[in-house]
Amino acid sequence: MINTKELSKAYKGTTVLNINTLDIPKGQSFGLVGNNGAGKTTYFSLLLDLIKPTTGNITTNDIIVDKSEDWKPFTSSFIDESFLIGYLTPEEYFYFIGDLRGQNKADVDALTAQFEDFFNGEIIGKKKYLRDLSKGNQKKAGIVAALIGNPEVIILDEPFANLDPTTQIRLKQILKDLAEKQGVTVLVSSHDLMHVTDVCERIVVLEKGEVIKDLETNPTTLKELEAHFASGAIATSEEEE
Amino acid sequence: MATNTYRQPNQIMIKRFLSLEWKQYFRSSYWQKNIVINIFMVLFALYFVGLFLVMGFFLLPALKKLFPEQDPFILLNGYIFYWIIGDLLMRFFLQKLPVMSVKPLLTLPIKRSTIVHYVLGKSGVSFFNILPLFAVIPFSIMLANDGYPISVALSWMVCMILIALIINFLNFILEAFSSEKGLSFLPIVGFAGGLFAINYFGLISFTDILGSGIIAVSENSIYLLVPALLLIVLYSYNFKILRQKLFLDASLEAKGKEVNASDLSWTKRFGDVAPFMQLDLKLIWRNKRTKSMAFLMVIGLFYGLFFYTQDVYLEMEFMFAFIGIFSTGFFLINFGQFIPAWDSGYYKMLMSQNIKYERYLRSKFILMVMSVVIMFILGIPYVYFGWKILIAHFAAAIYNIGINTHVIMWGGSFNRKRIDLDKKAAFNYQGTGAVQWLIGIPLMIVPMALFGLINWLIGFEVAIATLIILGVIGIVFHKKLMTFITQKYLDSKYKMIDAFSQDN
Repeated sequence: MINTKELSKAYKGTTVLNINTLDIPKGQSFGLVGNNGAGKTTYFSLLLDLIKPTTGNITTNDIIVDKSEDWKPFTSSFIDESFLIGYLTPEEYFYFIGDLRGQNKADVDALTAQFEDFFNGEIIGKKKYLRDLSKGNQKKAGIVAALIGNPEVIILDEPFANLDPTTQIRLKQILKDLAEKQGVTVLVSSHDLMHVTDVCERIVVLEKGEVIKDLETNPTTLKELEAHFASGAIATSEEEE
Repeated sequence: MATNTYRQPNQIMIKRFLSLEWKQYFRSSYWQKNIVINIFMVLFALYFVGLFLVMGFFLLPALKKLFPEQDPFILLNGYIFYWIIGDLLMRFFLQKLPVMSVKPLLTLPIKRSTIVHYVLGKSGVSFFNILPLFAVIPFSIMLANDGYPISVALSWMVCMILIALIINFLNFILEAFSSEKGLSFLPIVGFAGGLFAINYFGLISFTDILGSGIIAVSENSIYLLVPALLLIVLYSYNFKILRQKLFLDASLEAKGKEVNASDLSWTKRFGDVAPFMQLDLKLIWRNKRTKSMAFLMVIGLFYGLFFYTQDVYLEMEFMFAFIGIFSTGFFLINFGQFIPAWDSGYYKMLMSQNIKYERYLRSKFILMVMSVVIMFILGIPYVYFGWKILIAHFAAAIYNIGINTHVIMWGGSFNRKRIDLDKKAAFNYQGTGAVQWLIGIPLMIVPMALFGLINWLIGFEVAIATLIILGVIGIVFHKKLMTFITQKYLDSKYKMIDAFSQDN
């Protein structure tokens, strides 16, 4: 479904991302982990054609994302709060996104009704602008907006950050269902190793812009990831001494 | 202060604050990118300083010459009341309490009172307080030079400085009051208007009281204690309200009044553009900066009155076209010059959505055309000053619709500056770059010059026809022009996303 070929991104000569090849099949739940500056957000931004690749390209459904816009109807995303329109209420925002994705009000209402638990009564019908909501509630609205219009690919950057524990658990269930039952390709990034291993069938570790691990999730994956990142911490502390 | 040994003395703290502000100012990318605007502002300030200096030196001789029978000193003090009212109004709209970003400081071991004294003290050296000095000091020198006792000149000078500071702190109290009650500029207008009315209708003559009060102070400097005392009272009151606000919870407090969603279903008739039009209308109505811009349209509407009421301008026919372009295109210019920066906050999202750029732009186009039509209709009463004016305005409106809408949207594709929607419009240069200055030339100067030239060479009718024909050509080629403009926006997509995600 999503094929990455010889992709690299450099700013003023410094390479921040360099992926030789990375293929994500349809319906896979795919997790991206890595420390700050590893290139997670850069990869997602390239996938959404928000920045221009220095070399190579990404294709989804055989559409080259930086050449054609035909991937947009079946791709949706929530990267950060800048995806929200602060002066709208959550409902207005959902309807607006719905309009862009060919969904009428009833469709949108039917979808958001499924997320009553997830919203915990703090989003719908509160008559508040998105800019006045707390960070966590903004995130909830953004994530649900990304589910409008039956997308085939959903990209979420750090979806678990800023959410309360109950919501994190609910979100995990939602994401699992999307991939398993509806065949949606879900891409998430996270700093929380436990959450990604819970949600994703496959986990890729980025470090300084390169893929250094590509794991099929199994019961030992979490241990392996923890060992990997812990060894990094020991290595740096030795370097400092 | 044994318990406070871990605290640094005030003077050191204030030095630190000053160095922080210095860095904040010069390290901001805004400063580095906007040297032109900063130079412009400095020239603007110098202009005022010069004006006040001239006033300070020449007011006394001028008053003596104009009113030889009266004592110029008494005469001037009779007008101080109007200065106070005017200054208060000016400051209310232009001067803000120089709040530093206190949030990171609150958890550090710094006394709250130090922060408050610093913020208030800094407001004392604002341009608004320094500017009067350039008139007050030369005027006192001239007074002494003219044979008034030096003690009088000196006391008067001190008294004026105290009054400037009193206005300074009175303004902040009014501002705090109106922002707390959410009444915007009603309290200040009520306050100033009330004082003015009481004085005007002679209920209480503030002009006389203040005038004789200042003269009494000047003659007997012990009375300076009265304004000084008033200043201390106002300062303490400011200190009190500011100190109360200086808690984290004041900024964490759940904000947000209930939203009144308005029914915008009438936009549905515009078909697939409707979602964007609804978004644009909400954008305008729900954000401070765009809202104050919408209010400014009133100024645009009445702009013609400044000119048409004077016979000099009624004879200058080329001015009709200029005023027509300006008053029917007021919204077009103010709104259009920041397309697409209005949406800079969520531009990334728009770009990742399945939108047709052309629709996004067409929504803005329709809004601008509607504004031109509305402004023209509201401006029809200008026919009172002559039918030629109405016809010129009509031609200007057509030109605005056909040419200027396209030109300004094309110019928008060069916008690279983010806009925070929550800041007010007046004297807000955020988002302004060279584009905004340059775009004014084809927008206003070209039609005016064209109209003036043809009017002078051939005649009024042909000049009008030229503007209308140009406008109609623009309307006819609307589709073609939009395709061209859309391509321009697509070409600069990455640059815009990058620029809009940067803070300035």
